[in-house]
Amino acid sequence: MNIEKIDHILKEHEYNHSAIISIMQDVQGIENYLPEDTLRYISEKLELKLTRIFDIATFYKTFSLTPRGRHTIRVCSGTACHLGGAVKNLEQIQRTINIQEGETTDDRMFSLETVNCLGACALAPVMVIDEDYYDAVNPGDIKKILSSYHSEPER
Amino acid sequence: MKRIRSISDLEDLRKSILKQKDPEKITIRTCLSTGCRAKKSIKVISALEDELNNQGLQEKVEIKRTGCHGFCEMGPIMVIEPANIFYRQVKSEDIAEIVFETILKGNIVKRLLWKDVITKEYTKTEKELPLYKKQKKHISYNSGKIDPTDIEDYIAADGYLALCKALSSMTPAEIVETVVASGLRGRGGGGFSTGLKWRICSAAPSDIKYIIANGDEGDPGAFMDRSLMEGDPHRIIEGMIIAAFAIGTSQGFLYVREEYPIAIEHLSIAIQKAEEYGLLGNNIMGTGFDFNISINKGAGAFVCGEETALIISIEGKSGTPRSRPPYPAFEGLWEKPTIINNVETLGNIPQIILKGADWYSNIGTVGSKGTKIFSLVGKVRNTGLVEVEMGTTLREIIFDIGGGIRKDKRFKAVQTGGPSGGCIPISKIDMPVDYDSLREAGAIMGSGGMIVMDETSCMVDIARYFLNFLLFESCGKCVPCREGLKQMHHILTNICEGKGEKGDIEALTELGHFMISTSLCGLGATAANPVLSTLRYFHDEYVAHIYDKKCPAGVCKNLFEYMIDETLCNGCTLCKVKCPEKAISGEKKKPHRIDTAKCIKCGICYNSCKRQAVIVI
Repeated sequence: MNIEKIDHILKEHEYNHSAIISIMQDVQGIENYLPEDTLRYISEKLELKLTRIFDIATFYKTFSLTPRGRHTIRVCSGTACHLGGAVKNLEQIQRTINIQEGETTDDRMFSLETVNCLGACALAPVMVIDEDYYDAVNPGDIKKILSSYHSEPER
Repeated sequence: MKRIRSISDLEDLRKSILKQKDPEKITIRTCLSTGCRAKKSIKVISALEDELNNQGLQEKVEIKRTGCHGFCEMGPIMVIEPANIFYRQVKSEDIAEIVFETILKGNIVKRLLWKDVITKEYTKTEKELPLYKKQKKHISYNSGKIDPTDIEDYIAADGYLALCKALSSMTPAEIVETVVASGLRGRGGGGFSTGLKWRICSAAPSDIKYIIANGDEGDPGAFMDRSLMEGDPHRIIEGMIIAAFAIGTSQGFLYVREEYPIAIEHLSIAIQKAEEYGLLGNNIMGTGFDFNISINKGAGAFVCGEETALIISIEGKSGTPRSRPPYPAFEGLWEKPTIINNVETLGNIPQIILKGADWYSNIGTVGSKGTKIFSLVGKVRNTGLVEVEMGTTLREIIFDIGGGIRKDKRFKAVQTGGPSGGCIPISKIDMPVDYDSLREAGAIMGSGGMIVMDETSCMVDIARYFLNFLLFESCGKCVPCREGLKQMHHILTNICEGKGEKGDIEALTELGHFMISTSLCGLGATAANPVLSTLRYFHDEYVAHIYDKKCPAGVCKNLFEYMIDETLCNGCTLCKVKCPEKAISGEKKKPHRIDTAKCIKCGICYNSCKRQAVIVI
């Protein structure tokens, strides 16, 4: 845990209880997930019950209590993407890297998530890996797309 | 710093900005919104910058980084003014040719023009494109034209003039009554009269009030709010300031989905710039009115689009809805009277103030005034954002603007209103699109998602899709929604897997009506709509699934097989090469066959066959 950075985030939000969601978003931004010791630290510093923090961490989809992979694959499951075959793409990804939605590969290379709608419906079906968008994806493209991340040097 | 200290300062600034602009100067408008950015428009712009510098044209040609043009499918989009030449799917490799041919010599690069797949004709300018021709762009007018990060661009386009008028010549009550008279209804889903909401809130006795702009666009298939926030953020802010003045509040919140980073960035810049120019913050334009806006990022909970849940989320808790009344206009954020308006609703406010309630109420139908932005997506030829007058028919939107159905397939239905909406069949294609007609047809306006489906879309699967979506998004607080969704989803999953039984349709109908009448919030109360509307119009598809154990559209895996039509297959081997399970056999130039025992129905062969020889049975 980087206490200095966490303290900075808390200070920026003026130790405000109502800013807890933003605080957790910022913490996840630097830690890649929400480690338990960090949440305990925030709870003490803010004098905010740990149960409330965990309630928020488990209620909102964006938060993760487990470490995520180096690359996050987000498959859009909006209506237009669903119609365009998002499920088939998702299944092909699952077959290729052998994990289910919400899981991370053993080598911590990929985490797989679905997202309600990325608002890029005109490009359906869409998937995003980190910040890279892939539009009009079909199951036949998956292997090639994923393997390009394997050959990439660590970022 | 050009701080605006009085109403007349703004007019002076506007004039000086306009004076500096040369309408004849070549301007290249390129889109940097999510859609075009996904298609590498940043790379295209940097190539364009380099090329203009190399040719020594950087002073003669202006590059304008705009928001969404609406024709996202054709991104990256580039429009060259003043000739209004529209280039689509521009790649960095095209740049040298565009600069040499179009900028220097005034010629057209034909292959970059939009081409009608049916008539094979090319369209030269943006304004002649079928997608734009029948639109009435009022709210989305600036998006795609101005640089959303440049406040002066917005001011030059009559920005903040409405705020001037409101602050200098109208009382708060006059503003409220103007909005009431305009007939504007909420664009987020509910369709409640915006003016009445304001009237209730402004009459509520309290020193402290709040305004919240709802940019938590959660309906899958809708992206007009994202586009507006990215492409014209000041319009929303101006609308918010006017609303704040009308109801008497000094604090506003903009609640935006975390999944929309560019929208958050552009709104943040816009707020900062408006503060610097004296249009936001303390003593706005020297009138003594104070108003501040802060941004809250949503953390991925669909239910937070519901107003009471959104309020609780801003308070820093899990966003679970509460029962109404009391309505937020009486008791909202921190128990103070609060107005919550969708961002598109607020985007309507400046023009209503500027042009008047009469002008506005002349647009649209009796019960639905103004224009509405729809996201036209799915199996339609031209996909993107379209803004039309309320009352425009579905046929005009889908066929005239959208160009009809892709790959010459048959239109089956259009889904409106997201997970709270419904599916409208071909028999209602000439229905005018407004709040009341949609509701009558068993759908709703919602936030304006319009998802077109063809014969390859399974309506039972769509119903299950929405229920699955809501099952995960239900907060679990009330029993009808939590358990009702679970049961309905269970039945629908069985139907889709070929385990449907007699009595399922009746059970779905009963559960659906029960959820409508007993759920705590809008999420549960509308959750059954996709099921009930598909049962109403596509009953035969349910029957086919339950009794014949067939999915006619070829979507539900257990209920169909892929087969190769030997009369169509020319043995190109493409499907055989691509099949991940090696389930396809056959010699070159001879018809191939699929081993159904090995086939996992991934659809790769179906999608890749150029002769449409892979069929669903």
